[in-house]
Amino acid sequence: MSATPLLELRGIDKSFGPVQVLRDVAFSAHPGEVTALVGDNGAGKSTLVKCISGIYPTDAGEFLFDGRPVTINNPRDAGALGIEVVYQDLALCDNLDIVQNMFLGREKRSGIVLDEPTMEQMAAETLAGLSVRTVKSLRQHVSSLSGGQRQTVAIAKAVLWNSKLVILDEPTAALGVAQTAQVLELVRRLADNGLAVVLISHNMNDVFAVSDRIAALYLGQMVAQVKTTDITHAQIVELITAGRSGALGLNPGNGQTDTGGQTVDSTPGAVR
Amino acid sequence: MTTTAVREEGPAAVTPAPTVGSHVRNYFARVRGGDLGSLPAVTGLVVLCLVFAIVRPVFFSAANFANLFTQGAAVTAIAMGLIFVLLLGEIDLSAGFASGVCAAILANVVTVLGYPWYVAILAALATGVVIGFTLGFLVAKVGIPSFVVTLAGFLAFQGVVLLLMKEGTNISIGDDVIIAIENRWVPPLIGWLLAAVAVGCYATAQLLRHRNRISRGLVTEPAAVVFGRIAALGLILGFAVYVLNQERSINPLISSNKGMPIVVPILALLLVGWTFVLNRTAYGRHLYAVGGNREAARRAGINVDRIRISAFVICSTMAAVGGIIAASRDRSVDPNTGGSNVLLYAVGAAVIGGTSLFGGKGRMINAVLGGAVVAVIINGMGLLNLSSGLKYVFTGLVLLLAAGVDALSRRRSAATGTR
Repeated sequence: MSATPLLELRGIDKSFGPVQVLRDVAFSAHPGEVTALVGDNGAGKSTLVKCISGIYPTDAGEFLFDGRPVTINNPRDAGALGIEVVYQDLALCDNLDIVQNMFLGREKRSGIVLDEPTMEQMAAETLAGLSVRTVKSLRQHVSSLSGGQRQTVAIAKAVLWNSKLVILDEPTAALGVAQTAQVLELVRRLADNGLAVVLISHNMNDVFAVSDRIAALYLGQMVAQVKTTDITHAQIVELITAGRSGALGLNPGNGQTDTGGQTVDSTPGAVR
Repeated sequence: MTTTAVREEGPAAVTPAPTVGSHVRNYFARVRGGDLGSLPAVTGLVVLCLVFAIVRPVFFSAANFANLFTQGAAVTAIAMGLIFVLLLGEIDLSAGFASGVCAAILANVVTVLGYPWYVAILAALATGVVIGFTLGFLVAKVGIPSFVVTLAGFLAFQGVVLLLMKEGTNISIGDDVIIAIENRWVPPLIGWLLAAVAVGCYATAQLLRHRNRISRGLVTEPAAVVFGRIAALGLILGFAVYVLNQERSINPLISSNKGMPIVVPILALLLVGWTFVLNRTAYGRHLYAVGGNREAARRAGINVDRIRISAFVICSTMAAVGGIIAASRDRSVDPNTGGSNVLLYAVGAAVIGGTSLFGGKGRMINAVLGGAVVAVIINGMGLLNLSSGLKYVFTGLVLLLAAGVDALSRRRSAATGTR
């Protein structure tokens, strides 16, 4: 895909008091690609996402967005850049309908009156753009939707705002088999529409099914960021659990990544 | 997906154009699914009216119909304010005595200090704003549960009323304008005119909306349903105005007594205004969002604290309106104004009308329907000459019934996934 990553992080450090959660993390997300962010519980995935989305300030490190250095101090900055996060608990209001949820906090108005027809049209267009055909009516309350449909609404909400980078936190964690397939298909479609997608997942099948690259975190360090085609299932599991796998990951013994904090990209050819 | 088949026809979420039949079927499906809306209140209202009318035919007289409005007005106004707080899943136990405090301020300003009526009303409303802001600040910023804050308010305001009334004397109100609210009538012709304007505005708004949606190719309800709603409103308003315009005086030559009480258009205006705020503005949308999922609202960039404080401000200000109406009705203010069971009737009205105590669900019309049920109960029990013991027991049972319907419909809707 494109040569410059949409989002590039370099040397990110983050501590909570005495606990260093992220250590010299480098990470990049490319437009048109799904980058899977994997790691065991406590590896720092959520913290990294919260740093990207501006919820936590970082202690050190650089953010490059579209090649330009940027600072993200709060969620609004992230939103202005086009970064949207779909959280695991979805953050939808059960008592509001699909359109109301998609525009929550950013309602279209004409004067002081809500511009419902415009919002409904935009919502319909966004869902159509994602080829979503599973919701009966846009005026359905979210409480009446299935888990997969809710995930769809949450994702549609994230892409409604011409976002460039969408971060999905465990989008399939609570879903059944059919719904998981549906959401993964949607994730793939986001990337095919030219967005950079970051997918956090524990499920290796999902990761291998949709991702173009895999970034593995181990105890707060980025141990590898590689093309999905160049790595096996077993290697990823090793990276997640032990921090290294063969030539990839941490050097045995010294606890440092073998490239001095840079991500390992084992692929010689850039384009898959 | 397990529930819905993939649709082949065109863009997302295109449903076949609704017909009158599908509209009716959808409504019954919603009711069966636990989304009862105003149905229990309307049913209760009809049943109660029929029972009282059979037992005491005088219940259906024109004079008594006007009484219902003046008796229920104060409770309805307070209930309207309470809906804002209930929508957030909070409660305001102090609204009753807050209305008492505001009424006491009104009486003191207009009678003791001798200022004109508009100064007194502004002072009462301002008192409501201050009370609401204090309560809201303590709930939202300090983080004390609203139950405790407003319970403290309930006790303290009771004392404030006593202090303002110089330990229990009552202050009579002589100002004609304030008394007129509950004790004077709109001339019949103007009554008809107001009803016509109301129906005309409603029809215009509905038809414009309908046309706008059609021109944008959105899913629209059938035109027959729109016209049906307009006709229904016209019929209800027409009937009410017709009955209220009947002569109620025993001897019209001495004093004519016809037309709707002045409080009726005031309440109607409040109903329309607050409905607009709740349904058509971003503020209203955010209020529902905070009531439905506070965390989601916060992440959507909504200032949750400001919404919560504002709801308490509106609640206490509407309590002030209720206090003004009560003062007008009694032509005086005493330490019991807004006391005894005013608050419980108001909460009862909101809940009977269909507002959920759990937040996120309720509409402004609930206050009016519930207020009507409460007024009918108070009025009908009065006509039956029952002991006050029986009245309290009966009112309690009706409230319990309403809360029970709410709880059952919630369980139903949790099972079917609609709400």
